[in-house]
Amino acid sequence: MSARLLVNVLRRPETVAACGSTEWNGLVAAARAERLLATLAHRLERADVPRGVRAVMADAVIDAQREQRIALWEADRAREALHPLGIPVILLKGAAYVAAGLKAGEGRMIGDLDILVPRDRLEEAEALLLAEGWEWVKSDPYDSAYYRRWMHELPPLIHRERDRMIDVHHTILPLTARVTPDAPALIANSVEIAIGLRVLSPEDRVCHALAHMLADGDLTGGLRNLWDIRCLLADVRDNAALEKRALLHGLAPHLARARRLAEYLFADGNTPLTLPDRLYVRRLLSRDTWGRERHPITRFAFYIRSHLLRMPPGLLLRHLWTKWRKGHRPS
Amino acid sequence: MTHDPARYGVDGSGTIVTRPLDGLTLIYHRPSGITHIADSPLPEILQALERAPGTAAEVLTRLSEGHEIGDDEDALEGLETHLATLVSLGLVRIAR
Amino acid sequence: MKHSFGVAIGPASFRIGSAWADPIRWLKTLYSDYPQPDDGVADFTVLLEPAGALRRWWRPSIGLGGDYRLPDAAPLALRHGLLAAEMGMNIQMALGWRRHLLIHASSVEKDGRALLLTGESGSGKSTLAAQLGERGWRFMGDEFALIDLESGSAWPFPRLVSLKNAAIRALRAEVTDPERFGPTLRETPKGDIAHLVPPRQAVSRMRDSATPALLLFPRFGFPDDLRPVPEGEVFIRLTQASTNYVALGEAAFEALHRLVTTVPAVAMDYRSGEEAIATIESLWAEQA
Repeated sequence: MSARLLVNVLRRPETVAACGSTEWNGLVAAARAERLLATLAHRLERADVPRGVRAVMADAVIDAQREQRIALWEADRAREALHPLGIPVILLKGAAYVAAGLKAGEGRMIGDLDILVPRDRLEEAEALLLAEGWEWVKSDPYDSAYYRRWMHELPPLIHRERDRMIDVHHTILPLTARVTPDAPALIANSVEIAIGLRVLSPEDRVCHALAHMLADGDLTGGLRNLWDIRCLLADVRDNAALEKRALLHGLAPHLARARRLAEYLFADGNTPLTLPDRLYVRRLLSRDTWGRERHPITRFAFYIRSHLLRMPPGLLLRHLWTKWRKGHRPS
Repeated sequence: MTHDPARYGVDGSGTIVTRPLDGLTLIYHRPSGITHIADSPLPEILQALERAPGTAAEVLTRLSEGHEIGDDEDALEGLETHLATLVSLGLVRIAR
Repeated sequence: MKHSFGVAIGPASFRIGSAWADPIRWLKTLYSDYPQPDDGVADFTVLLEPAGALRRWWRPSIGLGGDYRLPDAAPLALRHGLLAAEMGMNIQMALGWRRHLLIHASSVEKDGRALLLTGESGSGKSTLAAQLGERGWRFMGDEFALIDLESGSAWPFPRLVSLKNAAIRALRAEVTDPERFGPTLRETPKGDIAHLVPPRQAVSRMRDSATPALLLFPRFGFPDDLRPVPEGEVFIRLTQASTNYVALGEAAFEALHRLVTTVPAVAMDYRSGEEAIATIESLWAEQA
């Protein structure tokens, strides 16, 4: 299985010495699908790699560098647009890692710009962005109303000319989720990295990554998220402080799980896993040699879980019912 | 209404690459990766600001050193419009 | 993936996986003279998968996948499998190629210099290039022209030529060897399509570059007209015709500026393929 090979190589780059062309093709396909190709390229900088693979990895590094440049520019544009708010813009996820020069930002593909603002300034922020060329991606009133009432962010906005999306968060998990992190505490502990730009503290960055990976979603892209967590954990000097923060945000069990998974997959490989942990591993290592996701039953189980995470059962049923009537089906 | 006139600036030297094309100027803006096609006087304004930041009036003075500029009041208003365009494109920044 | 095929075309290589044998059989036949990927490792993966749980057997329908995919692509019928594979390779190049500036153009070479024909679908660029390839020019490609980011040279990417509708008849008249044609695929989303294997020389010289010497914007079906195109217009049209200009950033900016300012550009409207070719030959002679 290529995903297994991928984590082995990330853990110990010298493993590639034994790879033939079949393994290389599978490794590249899995890495690309998991958005870890540029990271793999960095890990294999000094390894003995066939020329064809070198070229493919070099392309991935070019793409990652370009994504990073764009992410920083979008952060700059958001800062300019939101300047009248009089509060600094807090960057989240990929843009934060890159802007702060973190290891987690190396080789990372970025996508949308994620920022955090206080909930009471959300409407103002929305108005400022709309005035500076951003517009709504979807205009469906049910989705929009749902978003505003229950979600942790505004409905997605996209810039009219630059065609890049921005997600404006007021907390890091949906309001309906079982875990409710302390958004004001996140903002209070944020760290300045440039004029008008902040990122979460090292401990809170880990917490956000944990929330994103384990308390929300169905683990799509989970291997990338776990790699980010591994890099972010290495940046934390004070583990006691991290434990305390995780407890504050209701993410202590998630921290423990992420630690076990990261150690098992990316460190010594001998960490004892619980039975649920093994299901997570199975879900994370689903890529085959053609880059496709296998293990459909495990994936479906996590899909169901992702909905339960977000909503209490009554609300979930009502939400799915409304979407069903409108002709939507879960994909 | 601010009392001090706005000061405009570019982000250091080397942020843009310019190439002539057909009487126009191609501008590649490195931080954004965006290519612009600009007509006079936009490239000249960018050049004037590359030397140092300045208010619209200061830029106008720098431009008149090398070029024929028309009536002062109209020219200043026209310049401010161009500067606003450059700010919205991200090529020029207002100093805060 | 039960069936698979690997091929190198110009500087790029692909591996194609398919749930069905038929498309792979055709690929193996038509690309039989082409080299394999270097070291067996492909730049891109293309997947031809069932477009739904039952679609492997019942009204088989191909969902196109791979490293890069188009989000709302409609599935294709199994009998159009060869087309699906070719589209798949196009998508990988268009979205993923970074080693040259890619322009949607066909290209042919004579005396070490390249003629680039660029335009919309239906402009006639593929047909003209295929015909020139049978009349003393070396065929370099009909879908993408690859421009070297450092030297500005044009590199070949000689995939199967995709011929549509009337062009199929025109080329069947010129190409006597029936083995060079793939099956005629009827009623595809773009009408009838047949694939033509490029001439032997195009394949054996797929690693030989050429210096661009003329940019042509052909337009089929309009009264004859020939006019130079100003550099500003050429630049804008080529950024629109390039799938990776934005992704390549500054290197593409410099390469495209160099191309546009060093290579003359002409727009040619035409009604007759034969007259278009005669016009091209005389333009080329003027260039020399």
